[in-house]
Amino acid sequence: MTLIFYLASIIAVIATAMVITRSNAVHALLYMIVSLLSLALIFFTLGAPFVAALEVIIYAGAIVVLFVFVIMMLNLGAETTARERQWLEPRAWRGPAILAAVLFVELLVLVLGEPAQLGSSAVVGVKRVGVALYGPYVLGVELAAMLLLAGLVGAFHLGRPLAPDDQREAS
Amino acid sequence: MAAVPMEHGLVLAVVLFGMGLTGVLVRRNIIFVLLSLEIMLNAAALAFVVAGAHWGQVDGQVMFFFILAMAAAEVAVGLALVVRIYYRFNTLDVDALSEMRG
Repeated sequence: MTLIFYLASIIAVIATAMVITRSNAVHALLYMIVSLLSLALIFFTLGAPFVAALEVIIYAGAIVVLFVFVIMMLNLGAETTARERQWLEPRAWRGPAILAAVLFVELLVLVLGEPAQLGSSAVVGVKRVGVALYGPYVLGVELAAMLLLAGLVGAFHLGRPLAPDDQREAS
Repeated sequence: MAAVPMEHGLVLAVVLFGMGLTGVLVRRNIIFVLLSLEIMLNAAALAFVVAGAHWGQVDGQVMFFFILAMAAAEVAVGLALVVRIYYRFNTLDVDALSEMRG
């Protein structure tokens, strides 16, 4: 368990360093996914399975997809096909693949290892978190819901088609 | 489980936060600035979870939930702004946006 924590920490630091030094946004996003997955593994070893699942589902699943979607929207052009072929070169995904393979081996060790490791008393389970969220923190959950609604309305408002006078101003 | 000292988890959070801060300060592409902001938020959330796990309390995970909701709302609005900026200025350079008008 301890070894897995330190190994995942090293992977997280390496992947994060690669994120902020890449010049290609898609390469950076690949490393960002690896960094988020290693952080999910760290949360799991810390005894927070609910947070680990949220990290994979919402960060690596939803937020990174938003980034990918915006990058795709901004790259409409004639050179897109050539750039796509360039992105699929093995050099582009070799680093993230190696880091992700190490994470996968750690996951296998965790899953196939002794169940006693997982059933430790230090695990703060999903049930306790849910009871706390809808007990003393229910006001915060409602505020988070309103914040997300405001984010939805704001993104919709900003993403709407340009009005005619706006277009004239832009051109 | 308890073999991992809390300090090491906090050191990891500090290192990740510092990397995110460096990215915000150094990068000029606005998409990378947003990515670095996500890294910083994630590092702060990691600090909460490490502290919550150390004392066996749920509050750390609850705070992670709130940070997650805030990050999701922030990235939705931020990326909508990025699309808007790109269509108006045809660049993603934050230095090109230094002159506010109208």
